[in-house]
Amino acid sequence: MADKSCELFDAGHRACGGCGAALAARLMLKAAGPESIVVSSTGCMEVFSTPYPETAWKVPWIHSLFENASAVASGIESSLKKQGRKEKVIVMAGDGATFDIGMLCISGAFERGHDITYICYDNEAYMNTGIQRSGATPYDASTTTSPAGSQSFGNKRPKKDMPAILAAHGSPYVATASIAYPNDLLQKVEKALNTVGPTYVQIHVPCCTGWGFEGEQTIAIAKLAIETGLWVNYEMVDGKVTKAKKVVRKPVEEYLKTQKRFRHLFKPKRQDAEIEAIQALADKNAEKYGIDIKIAKKE
Amino acid sequence: MLEITEGSMAVAEAVRLCRPQVVSAYPITPQTHIVEALAEMVANGKLDADYITVESEFSALSACLGASAAGSRTYSATTSQGLALMYEVCFNVAGMRLPIVMTIANRAMGAPLSIWNDQQDSISLRDSGWLQFYAEDNQEATDLHYIAYKVAENPAVQLPAMVCFDGFILSHTYEPVDMISQEDADKYLPKFSPKERLDAADPISFGMYATPEYYLEFRYEIDKAVKEAAVAIRAAGAEFGKMFGRDYSALVEGYQLEDAETVIVAMGSICGTVKDTIDEMRKEGKKVGLLKIRVFRPFPSEDVAKALKGAKHVAVLDKNISLGAKGATALEVKDALYGSGIPVYDYIIGLGGRDVRKKDIREVVALAEKGKGDQFIGLRKEVL
Repeated sequence: MADKSCELFDAGHRACGGCGAALAARLMLKAAGPESIVVSSTGCMEVFSTPYPETAWKVPWIHSLFENASAVASGIESSLKKQGRKEKVIVMAGDGATFDIGMLCISGAFERGHDITYICYDNEAYMNTGIQRSGATPYDASTTTSPAGSQSFGNKRPKKDMPAILAAHGSPYVATASIAYPNDLLQKVEKALNTVGPTYVQIHVPCCTGWGFEGEQTIAIAKLAIETGLWVNYEMVDGKVTKAKKVVRKPVEEYLKTQKRFRHLFKPKRQDAEIEAIQALADKNAEKYGIDIKIAKKE
Repeated sequence: MLEITEGSMAVAEAVRLCRPQVVSAYPITPQTHIVEALAEMVANGKLDADYITVESEFSALSACLGASAAGSRTYSATTSQGLALMYEVCFNVAGMRLPIVMTIANRAMGAPLSIWNDQQDSISLRDSGWLQFYAEDNQEATDLHYIAYKVAENPAVQLPAMVCFDGFILSHTYEPVDMISQEDADKYLPKFSPKERLDAADPISFGMYATPEYYLEFRYEIDKAVKEAAVAIRAAGAEFGKMFGRDYSALVEGYQLEDAETVIVAMGSICGTVKDTIDEMRKEGKKVGLLKIRVFRPFPSEDVAKALKGAKHVAVLDKNISLGAKGATALEVKDALYGSGIPVYDYIIGLGGRDVRKKDIREVVALAEKGKGDQFIGLRKEVL
């Protein structure tokens, strides 16, 4: 069981106040414990946690490049195996490094079946370089490379289904989690680490700077993503969805309204068709994962 | 024991004797025979290594990076486009001071696509912080692997090393090669035990980012380590010579240099052709010699200047070109001879597998003696 009092992600790092990713790192390490080696991709987390000569990581940690964390982890796992060592190998990478530029390496590592746990902290855009769209950016989100304008409602494509891609590689355990549900997150990371083979946990981590909200709202917004069905917390064992968090769903606009990246859907005028399109995405999620709690109406 | 074997097989056997724990490579012509041989050794229990069958060269070197940081001796091999795909990782490996050894079966860079030999691939990585050795024949290619590991893992060096040998010309050629025994290899090359590694018992961070307050110093230290690696190379080469009779203590080697008026400077298998030509020309009374560069990084400027002190003409053969400037070796030799007044001429030769014949070497000598240079040799004017 995870030792919840264990703190292996040190205070004093340089993340923004209210950073969801920093919280994910801290929670992840509580589940992993000290017998772990962490591989980070280039990105916000690498930058805010390791300005030489300081480091926030109290476990062995390595950063090589933006796109090669899974290949580096493959090599570490292979080396540990030959040395008869037992540390867990964990990748901690952002959505850009995972969904986009690191796709080749992650596909190779999962196909080869290395015993690694890949954790993607998904803040839905390239935050480190200044909020550009990634394959994880949701439909209609305004970013610096998918800006909303007179001819555009922002990002034109829905989020890539990365967990399904990795499940299709034969991963024995794939899960999504949210920092708004820390116990669930801890359990999933622990389960991923204790499953032999390449496992994947994608954690939803709101970014106050990139999404445009006040730092104290991070958890509330992460929770709203679940409550509206725009983010679903689920588990896939051997490619089959075995568990999904059920909710009494709220309309998506309750989530969209909280963030500047969706402001153009409400101001200067309300864009009903676009909000409906996003609601349809949530409805599709709800149906696919069966998350709706049906409340029996009293006669 | 002397064996007649293909260059790639000899290199694979030397790598096996070096006992890498992790091998990671991706197939590419003309390097493939080496990694196929290693995979077979692993499959048959002759090499106790984990062979990671990656999906690209980029991942091959990235996996080696991880394995090396975790404390294993690692090996990879590639060439040409594969090395170019590793470009980003190469700088990273050197920056993290990881002693990975990689064989380069030298091949031209596309476009146009060419699977044939020149040295553009590894030369283009000369600024990456890797030590670079170039072999003239398969005996040298084989021996340089033991030396490369010994130097790379030396605590005073801690740098990756490329052992470069000409694709096809050496990699696919059968030559007699003297293989040392496992016992001797173990005596020469002790177990890899890095001072720092990824280890839960002693957590450290690798590959942090450096602000402008620190980056310059990191680069200074890598540059210093590459330069000072010359000392370790000399020592490792001398020790090898003492144990096995083949001395590699010199970073450059002279052939008929003492009274030579025209000196050819070259790297790799072309040196064999040059030596044959020199033998013929010497019989004709021509005072011609060769300076072979075995180590390109660190570049042995002082050794080159000393060796070329008495030359009247220096003719550099480059199987590469820095497009818009000159061949890389010529640029280094000119730098080494700066202020000496000795003329240095550059000849771009043998690119993309164009055969280099003795008559081409004679042409180079004649051109240098006429004071003509900085040109391509053997151009087919009819297709231009």
